Amino acid sequence: MFSIDLLRDAVVLGVLLGCFYAAVSIGLSISFGLLDVPHVAHPAFLVLASYGVYWLNDSYEIDPLLAGLLIAPLLFVLGLITYRIYYETFERRGSDAAVRGIAFFFGVAFIIEVLIILQFGVDQRSVTAAYIGKAWRIGDLRIPIRQLVAFGVALGLTVLLATYLSKTFMGRAIRAVAQDEEGLRLMGANPVRIKQFAFGIATAVLGVAGALLIIIAPVEPTLDRVYIGRTFCVVVMAGLGSISGTLIAAIILGVAESIVLTMFGASWAPAISFGLLLGVLAVRPQGLLGR
Amino acid sequence: MNRRTVLGWATAAMVFGLTSVASAEEPPIKIGMSMPQTGGLAGGGKPSLLGIQIWRDDVNAKGGLLGRKVELVVYDDKSSASETPALYAKLLDVDKVDLLFAPYATVPTAPIMPLVKQRGLLLMGNFSFQVNSKIHHDMWFNNAPWGPADSWATGFLTLGQKAGGKTMALLSADQEFAQNLATTAREVAKKLNIPIVYDQAYPPSTAEFSSIIRALNAAKPDIVFVASYPPDSAAIMRAVNEIGVGDNVKLFGGAMVGLQFAAVMESMGSLLNGVVNYNTWLPEPSMNFDGTKEFFEKYTKRAIEAKVDPLGFYIAPYGYAMGQMIEQAVNATKSLDQKGLAKYLRENTHKTIVGPISYADDGEWKQSVTLEAQFRGIKDKNMEQFRQPGKQVILFPDNLKTGELIAPFEAARK
Repeated sequence: MFSIDLLRDAVVLGVLLGCFYAAVSIGLSISFGLLDVPHVAHPAFLVLASYGVYWLNDSYEIDPLLAGLLIAPLLFVLGLITYRIYYETFERRGSDAAVRGIAFFFGVAFIIEVLIILQFGVDQRSVTAAYIGKAWRIGDLRIPIRQLVAFGVALGLTVLLATYLSKTFMGRAIRAVAQDEEGLRLMGANPVRIKQFAFGIATAVLGVAGALLIIIAPVEPTLDRVYIGRTFCVVVMAGLGSISGTLIAAIILGVAESIVLTMFGASWAPAISFGLLLGVLAVRPQGLLGR
Repeated sequence: MNRRTVLGWATAAMVFGLTSVASAEEPPIKIGMSMPQTGGLAGGGKPSLLGIQIWRDDVNAKGGLLGRKVELVVYDDKSSASETPALYAKLLDVDKVDLLFAPYATVPTAPIMPLVKQRGLLLMGNFSFQVNSKIHHDMWFNNAPWGPADSWATGFLTLGQKAGGKTMALLSADQEFAQNLATTAREVAKKLNIPIVYDQAYPPSTAEFSSIIRALNAAKPDIVFVASYPPDSAAIMRAVNEIGVGDNVKLFGGAMVGLQFAAVMESMGSLLNGVVNYNTWLPEPSMNFDGTKEFFEKYTKRAIEAKVDPLGFYIAPYGYAMGQMIEQAVNATKSLDQKGLAKYLRENTHKTIVGPISYADDGEWKQSVTLEAQFRGIKDKNMEQFRQPGKQVILFPDNLKTGELIAPFEAARK
């Protein structure tokens, strides 16, 4: 079935979906893209943040986005600790750190999953907010307001992080450590401390991303497994470490997925996403805006 | 009394004493199972296990089975089909269990069917769907009230047709359980002469359903049959509320797993109004049997402590009923002989807290008691409301019916 109306709706909903994907991937763009940390526990931290948002929303009726901002400092500290453990036990010890680091972060992901189950049980959790469950109507097009929220937040996050990384001293230091760690060390800076700080930021960002995750759909402890492939796909397609590339790649992925879901077979959606990734990498191995 | 007599009495007393100790310390009857306690199926696995544990405690309070206590040997299969064959081999060969219960759900159960058939063992099924349809094991007995394979779709589509539905849309998860249901829905639709105008299987990793619901809306179906799994069901309902399915839809729902769980129902709240979905037990007047009330009193207390579904309507009483059936079979045959137990289970009607159960040749219920119920008058953020009758009105089957369908779907949502 083909109609212009359907195609238009698919593109609009796809852009919104893509922005949501960008928001949940942007932290990984820093930790994996810039710092080369094989952070496969990124989606587990994301789900953990969602549960934090759920707890604040359920217990104190705090708006999910505000709750996400409130837990961001805690996540920042959690990020600092996680990176320090990873550095001391793996990164410092040799060249195969990345391979062994994957095992470390898989372990962290499982621990987080079990902790969530112990604390919250295995049931799905969701939040309430005025903008959830409502749609904005333009003619016969209906846009879910929760997706508009994700769209706005993703744009805001992208601009904020891109500005931070290019305009501030610490931001430039993070970029420098990504380009030449040894050079930075020779200039008297401590690359480990900078990487630790950057990892903290990458984790803190998950406060807001986790809020969006639970705003978009209910969460359950094992939801991280669904997002591993998708977030890494976005970051690799974007070009490692490119914040604006992450937004562009996520939107491309979102639109492609939405068009396939609407107009072709829903079963094809994951294949199309990863096919797109392979296509981009074949033409531009460094990704869309890679360094 | 000479020394020999004293020795004789002493020996006799010792032998008698030892025998008494032996009978007092008879080993327990071990019932082995794996259960999803983590992973995607844990939301169902945990209440199911609690239902079985309540039965174990009740039967042990009555003195056990054959004068022996009942002990459960349970492993977490992590909701994974790859875990269960090894776990059941361990239960049989290492733990030496006397009887087997299946794990909750189709996916973890399917891989152990060849094992139990090969070893000629009785297996009490636990909410699987059609796992025995190709294996044909004559010692399999499902506790779920599905009955014949097409019962879910028959109940729903018959209601839709009576409400004036002429076309249907089919949306299903791309996964074994949902696809089995989708296949039967297509067959029933053909039988009832209802053309399918939209038929999509979505991948389990789908995060957002707005695009799918938009496409479904464009097909303008009268009946929408959805076969979905818990995380998707909630996301689908949100998208339906925002995007809409169209004014022509008479009936929406069918086989949405998850809308039976307290946490999901509470979080969905008023979004559920109007949905007609399958269920197994509901607090409606037609669903009370001997022991049902007492079971839920115990369950409600223990569920809080165990952090499992606080309502427990969907699976937990069927876990208890599974135990009741084994209890009746063991007491009647006075043995643990698996063939004898299977024969008893096949030939008799069993009185349980979910009603009388009798089995067809394939080990499924002779008659389907899969309910189709419509959510009515649901308010937001109130879980206790679901304990009241009238919130999920039973429309099908006729013998358990507690109300009439409100259609079309949009009218029923108000």
